Amino acid sequence: MSAQSHAQRQAKLRQQSSGRLMIFGFLSPTLAILLFMVAYPIFSLVYYSFFNFSALRQGAMKPIGLRNYEFLLTDELLWERFIFTGKFVFICVVLQMLIGIFVGYQLQKNFRGRDLVFTVLMMPMMLSPVVVGFLWRYMLNSEWGIVNFLLSSIGLSKIDWLGQANAALWAAAAADTWMWTPFIVLLATAAFRGIPETIYEAAEVDGASPAYRFFRITLPMSAPVLFIALILRLIDSFKQYDLFVALTGGGPGSSTETVSFAVAKTAFSYFYTGEASALAVILLVIIIGLSMILVRHLQKMGEKF
Amino acid sequence: MSEIELKNLTIDFGGFKAVDDVSLTVKNGEFVVYLGPSGCGKTTTLRCIAGLVKATSGEVLFDGKRVNDLTASERNIAMVFQFVSLYPHLKIRENIVFPLKARGVPRAEIARKLDWVTEVFKLGDDLDRYPAALPPGARQKVALARAVIRDPAVLLLDEPLSAIDEQFREEMRWELGHLQRQLGVTTIYVTHDQREAMSLADRIVLMNNSRIVQVSEPDRIFFDPVDVFAGQFIGSPSMNLIDLVPVDGGLRLGDSGVTLTAAQHDLPAWALGSRRPLKLGVRPLNVHLVDDAAQGVPLEIDDVFSVGRERFFSFRIGEAVHQGVDKRASRTGAATRVRFDPSGLLFFDAATGRRVTGEIAA
Repeated sequence: MSAQSHAQRQAKLRQQSSGRLMIFGFLSPTLAILLFMVAYPIFSLVYYSFFNFSALRQGAMKPIGLRNYEFLLTDELLWERFIFTGKFVFICVVLQMLIGIFVGYQLQKNFRGRDLVFTVLMMPMMLSPVVVGFLWRYMLNSEWGIVNFLLSSIGLSKIDWLGQANAALWAAAAADTWMWTPFIVLLATAAFRGIPETIYEAAEVDGASPAYRFFRITLPMSAPVLFIALILRLIDSFKQYDLFVALTGGGPGSSTETVSFAVAKTAFSYFYTGEASALAVILLVIIIGLSMILVRHLQKMGEKF
Repeated sequence: MSEIELKNLTIDFGGFKAVDDVSLTVKNGEFVVYLGPSGCGKTTTLRCIAGLVKATSGEVLFDGKRVNDLTASERNIAMVFQFVSLYPHLKIRENIVFPLKARGVPRAEIARKLDWVTEVFKLGDDLDRYPAALPPGARQKVALARAVIRDPAVLLLDEPLSAIDEQFREEMRWELGHLQRQLGVTTIYVTHDQREAMSLADRIVLMNNSRIVQVSEPDRIFFDPVDVFAGQFIGSPSMNLIDLVPVDGGLRLGDSGVTLTAAQHDLPAWALGSRRPLKLGVRPLNVHLVDDAAQGVPLEIDDVFSVGRERFFSFRIGEAVHQGVDKRASRTGAATRVRFDPSGLLFFDAATGRRVTGEIAA
């Protein structure tokens, strides 16, 4: 009996290990690419962050430990970048969630031409951020942009949208919101439409008013999806770079430079490769933190439903 | 509790009349079951009473008051749906008190009512669970608890037991009937299951093709169907329906050459002399085998099968297959004599399908 079970165990083990080998075989091409495209750059990023190093002068590479980090975290100018990025992220996410949920709720109902409206609404999202940046840059041009033209045609004074730090922040947030609200609309509509009709009917029969239904049924039942949308927008707007390149070029001065913008500038304008690497690592840690929330949330969702 | 009245109710879905000129009064505290095949309009009628579907014409009255223009949330009705409609993101406790909270009932009263339904439905262990953790039967019980917690004017049930396991269904059916009598709430129940209808209803409303076919007590609908549809829909296996041809001294069964004689089968005189073609309706339980060669009519047994204690046999008249019940039936007794119980013979007008109990004016 025990000999037999031993043999069985052996067979099972063989089966398992050959299974594992096969899995590894299938995965290896992807793994190789990931290793080359992701693991190697990340490794060198972390490595360079411990050196006083410029890519322009390959020979002069001096290990300085954590001094890059020390310098960055005590640099007031950098903190300003973080504060600006934070403001931008906050305005974008709040605006996009509110508008997205509102529009999504309107679009969950069936009406004539719904598909057309939906398609048109999705178009900004299909554009490249650089294109969106230039588009808004032209619209917001203080001399001949359409926004100021409209303002002056109703008797208001022109605003130098991109020439003032505060106005530029709102202009960038408006452009990002214009571009990315459709994404929230898309997910919110899908989430709302995923709620079975009988749930709403039951709530109506139970005497719930439309507002009560929205806040007690619609929102909580689509919360998991809306939360994912929120985190994705959080990560994405935190990394925003190309929109600013096209829209403001980081200006006026360096008032609309995001943290990503600062990384790019440090790395490829000043060629402080070591310092830029350290900043990129800091950025990476923050984004990994946000992603972890997302992943944990997705896992919890998988358990619940 | 309320009296519900439907007056010439018609519901038109873009050219298709889902409900066609339906009138009915459901008395205060009565348990009425809408019975009929899929798509007959019974669920649509119920949803119209609930306020989830608008009437195209006609009226819905609660205690004499027209409610056509009230929304579902304004009608003080409670409803249990066919497929589970509990709020998945709320615990059972929150699900049950939802209708009270939505109406802004004071917290103390909510607690009192929750205690009451928890006791009635024995839900104590499940209150802090989520609906997904409960089996389907228990979920419907919660849906029922949610429905009755606020003393609705009328309780509407749309096939509430059809998604539940057979075994648990029996138990729930019993509990439901018991509860309805205890609460005395006016109840309208929709089902396509005649066993459910028979066991629960004070009155059955049989519907077909968007219209009411017959309204009567459960046993009367079985023994006294108004037409061929009612006769065949109620009872399992289905009622046999056989063409009758008047011949000298009796009625011939279709083109079989077998004749029911007037003397042997108590055939009424008007049927023998009927100028309009008739059909004979006879339930399998009224068709037996007889040993006595002088009795019954000669027929050939086609097949034999058993359902539980009942042993059925089938026989052919022309192309049509009919059934009878007899525990002595066996395949070997191929040629045999079959007796049609005179008390179980129902006559229908072959043209209209209506039941005939006396000479009809031609």
